[in-house]
Amino acid sequence: MSVGAVRLVDHFEAGLDAPICLTWELTYACNLACVHCLSSSGRRDPRELSTEECRAVIDELEAMQVFYVNIGGGEPTVRRDFWELLDYATAHHVGVKFSTNGSRITPEIAERLAGDDYVDVQISLDGATPEVNDRVRGAGSYATALRAMGHLRDAGMENFKISVVVTRENVAELDAFKAIADDHGAQLRITRLRPSGRGADVWDELHPTAAQQRELYDWLVAHGEDVLTGDSFFHLSAYGQALPGLGMCGAGRVVCLIDPIGDVYACPFAIHDAFLAGNIRTPGGFAGVWRESELFTRLRGPQSGGACESCGFYDSCRGGCMAAKFFTGLPLDGPDPECALGHGEPLLAGRGAGHDAPRPAQDHSRLRPPARACDENPLAVWTR
Amino acid sequence: MSDFDLDRPWRVSGSVALRPERFGALAYSFDTRRLSFLKSRTLYEIVRSLAEHPSGRAACEAAGASGGELPPLCTALGTLAATGMIEERVA
Repeated sequence: MSVGAVRLVDHFEAGLDAPICLTWELTYACNLACVHCLSSSGRRDPRELSTEECRAVIDELEAMQVFYVNIGGGEPTVRRDFWELLDYATAHHVGVKFSTNGSRITPEIAERLAGDDYVDVQISLDGATPEVNDRVRGAGSYATALRAMGHLRDAGMENFKISVVVTRENVAELDAFKAIADDHGAQLRITRLRPSGRGADVWDELHPTAAQQRELYDWLVAHGEDVLTGDSFFHLSAYGQALPGLGMCGAGRVVCLIDPIGDVYACPFAIHDAFLAGNIRTPGGFAGVWRESELFTRLRGPQSGGACESCGFYDSCRGGCMAAKFFTGLPLDGPDPECALGHGEPLLAGRGAGHDAPRPAQDHSRLRPPARACDENPLAVWTR
Repeated sequence: MSDFDLDRPWRVSGSVALRPERFGALAYSFDTRRLSFLKSRTLYEIVRSLAEHPSGRAACEAAGASGGELPPLCTALGTLAATGMIEERVA
């Protein structure tokens, strides 16, 4: 295609009038409690958007010509109005790709999904065996996901997605994941483990080692566009050739997150006040936040790469992922904690024990011990 | 290099949506779930108006493209045809 003086990526870095796509988490409620949940989900938030408010968001997305939304949560299908909202979106020309653990994908639902061109489904699976998967996602979750995938295949749903967060424990299973996807007529999607939400608690133990990252990169290069990545590994391009995708951080520029209570964040991995642009319940609605928020305006301006700017790979890796740096307590204008050249490691080591990395702004986790004894019972006494 | 036939009638495929942008346009296919970038306003104008013209060439001319501008546009249209974003229509 014709090439102008300004590269396409420069246009994207300066931000578009509407997102190319966005993530919309419909609820913080979830029947699972994955150890690495990006949104620290578990319990519903009483402030979650009503059906009417969700319809208004869809109307706005239609007006802004956002082609599709990635719906997630929590587990979005636990919302009683989920299927109704799905129909409303597709009737308004907003395509939907939704992420699910598969627990509500019955044969009937699978039939219905297979018949709708505007809907795509993404089943989360974090191990190619029950042992590896269930350690992260909970007992029985592997069987649940495989059952849902079987229903989708049997209904003739082609090219649905199987979404894997790559960890130290499952990186050896990449070929096995690919075989599972091929078996189901599905497409494999591999994304990065982010230290966001509860992911911050397990990132040190679960993020791939440097050697594993190299292995992952070679595997992704070998599979090219056959395997989707949501552009999550552009920081690995410093190993050599760039991976398919835009190769840039789209946060607040071409993507964003709407959370269940209508808060708009720069990206799904950055649920923290530092990345909060506004709320769709304010008078300008979502479009107002997208176009006028101070944060997004700042993200669309020139960014400082700090020490990384003198690196020969800065042009391709762009300093990596903002959220990964932020939630591991590293400076934003320095290397990614998983920098392919190893520049993140001394910084991580230098944080020392008990470092105080920022905590996520929202925590809806179930089964957490109360922060203070009196949060639960005003008469409680410490017994430990 | 392109085997795109500029002299045949074309149109945007039924499942494809176009969104104009400062740099050109975004094209999204609900069928293949593929996103493409049209990297100039001229290319956008040509693609948008394909169905209104008897041939791809006529659409290019109407958008003010001629001579040396045609080969790269033809390559771009060939890619869009190969990926199902545009399709030949029955004249």
